[in-house]
Amino acid sequence: MIKRVIALTLLAGLGLLFLGLLLDYRPDTDLNLSARYYAERTAPDLGAANIVTAIVVTYRGLDTLGEVTVLFLSATIVGLVLALGRRRGQAPAGLAPVGELLTTGSRMLTPLILLLGAYVFVNGHLTPGGGFQGGAILASGILLLLLADPLRHFSHGLISAVESLAGVFYVAIGLAGLVWAGGFLDNRILPLGDLGALFSAGAIPVIYSLIGLKVGAEFASMLASLAETEEL
Amino acid sequence: MILTAMTLFLCAAMIGAALFAVLGRSLPIAILAAGLVSLVASILFLVMAAPDVAMTEAAIGSGLTTFLFFFVLGRVRRGEND
Repeated sequence: MIKRVIALTLLAGLGLLFLGLLLDYRPDTDLNLSARYYAERTAPDLGAANIVTAIVVTYRGLDTLGEVTVLFLSATIVGLVLALGRRRGQAPAGLAPVGELLTTGSRMLTPLILLLGAYVFVNGHLTPGGGFQGGAILASGILLLLLADPLRHFSHGLISAVESLAGVFYVAIGLAGLVWAGGFLDNRILPLGDLGALFSAGAIPVIYSLIGLKVGAEFASMLASLAETEEL
Repeated sequence: MILTAMTLFLCAAMIGAALFAVLGRSLPIAILAAGLVSLVASILFLVMAAPDVAMTEAAIGSGLTTFLFFFVLGRVRRGEND
């Protein structure tokens, strides 16, 4: 009873807080200084049609590198913790059979899901979406495979090779920007091309594809170690 | 005007789905309802002109998390049968 009263009081307080914010809220009529800079300079300077991508990959590229590193660390720790209980030898008996619908559906849907993921991160500089979203879509395709066949084995060597190579090339492109262009992760080491073309915006599509592969591999390695763990 | 009405409707649907996820009896339906909350949230992000955030929410919140919960639910059930 007391617990419930405390929870309701907390909720009411939170609600009042948000109500105050809502009543004070006035939408801005024009862009502030940094927003205007990004909106005006992105297309001529970086050649990217999607301003959000230009900010994430180039202007704030170092933050993105940090985010990818955090994800890499958590994937590593999950793998480390779960490796202790990894299944050895034969699979346990008595698995509930997976339905026909799931098996057939996953066979048809998985290639399409993987294709969509690749499309999302390759077109990150043109349309909404990018490396993180595309990587998550790739990983959900892998998860669908695992749902359809819980005993499927994924090659951890391949996953970690994709993950590490993508990371190495990402940092190498960043360093190349330091040498041949304006700074770390500058995208102008490759020609900018025409605004809106697939091969445009310098190194942004390359970097975002690498991020997509890296994020997808990280999620996939977490899911695969989760699936292979026998006891927790 | 129509946009406001749609937003209010979506917010109501989101709260309803969230309550259903917390109070509902059946676990699979609760997982689906939690996925629905994320799906409606991603539509709201789209209405507020943030397609990039909407895609992240749809891919991770409503796709990956729902799949993951079902995966874990399957494992928990398998453990119960042993």
